[in-house]
Amino acid sequence: MIKLFRIDDRLIHGQVVVGWGQPLNIAFIVLVDDGVRASPWEQDLYRMGVPPEIEVIFASIAEAAARLEIWDKDARAGIVLAPDVATLGALAENCHRVTRVNIGGIHHRPGRTERLRFVYLSDTEVDQLRRLAARGIEVTAQDVPTARAVPLTEFT
Amino acid sequence: MSEPLRGVIVSHAGLAEAMIGAVVAITGVSDALIPVSNEGCDRQALFNNLTAAVGTRPAVLFIDLPGGSCLTGAVSYARGRSDLAVVTGVNLAMLLDFVFHRDVTPEAAATRAAAAGTRAIRTPAA
Repeated sequence: MIKLFRIDDRLIHGQVVVGWGQPLNIAFIVLVDDGVRASPWEQDLYRMGVPPEIEVIFASIAEAAARLEIWDKDARAGIVLAPDVATLGALAENCHRVTRVNIGGIHHRPGRTERLRFVYLSDTEVDQLRRLAARGIEVTAQDVPTARAVPLTEFT
Repeated sequence: MSEPLRGVIVSHAGLAEAMIGAVVAITGVSDALIPVSNEGCDRQALFNNLTAAVGTRPAVLFIDLPGGSCLTGAVSYARGRSDLAVVTGVNLAMLLDFVFHRDVTPEAAATRAAAAGTRAIRTPAA
């Protein structure tokens, strides 16, 4: 089953594979990113950071929406990873299985302001997250499992 | 080669800076290595920091882990540039060897550094 829906613009990295992967006993990671899905060399690169016992699945938004139910019924534990609010928002629009969203890292870019040490959001992104929350999806920010999960209302 | 190679250490948090401090303390060579941290960086920000650190000169990019954002950022940056080489699993031994063997191509320096770093990993009896 999907244990974590995470937004992290660094995609697969230490916090995901080790920080969350170990305590959740993750067996697969679904990386939802249209750009990476179309780039075999980037896929090779992201696979390098993952132990061989963890499966890595690269999916476009459309593919992920279509297969999310299958992954959620998988007996193994998995993480769905998206690079930005828009991607996970689009996924949630197309699938009721997204019930909780973990914001793990959205870094500074022009137009974004700091909300937490590891979360920078534009006003548009705040609106997108609030729309998710209004649909009953629990949205929290938490970079690693040992940190407190900060509710959306506390940082927007 | 006209100028000795430079090394750019790409790491999590403050590791790169700390390693350079150790290299300088041991060798006295202070112009061979440049730190880049992924702290607070998304992919584009790390790319920009690498651009600022490397510039147009040949270099070896030393990465802390053989996976993760430092590696993906560095390999993306180095892709298509034959004047850059990448080594993962950076350790102090490989950096100490590198700073004294920089009059070679980036590829040769990377191969040599990787060998030096690998040789340093041992399990001596206590």
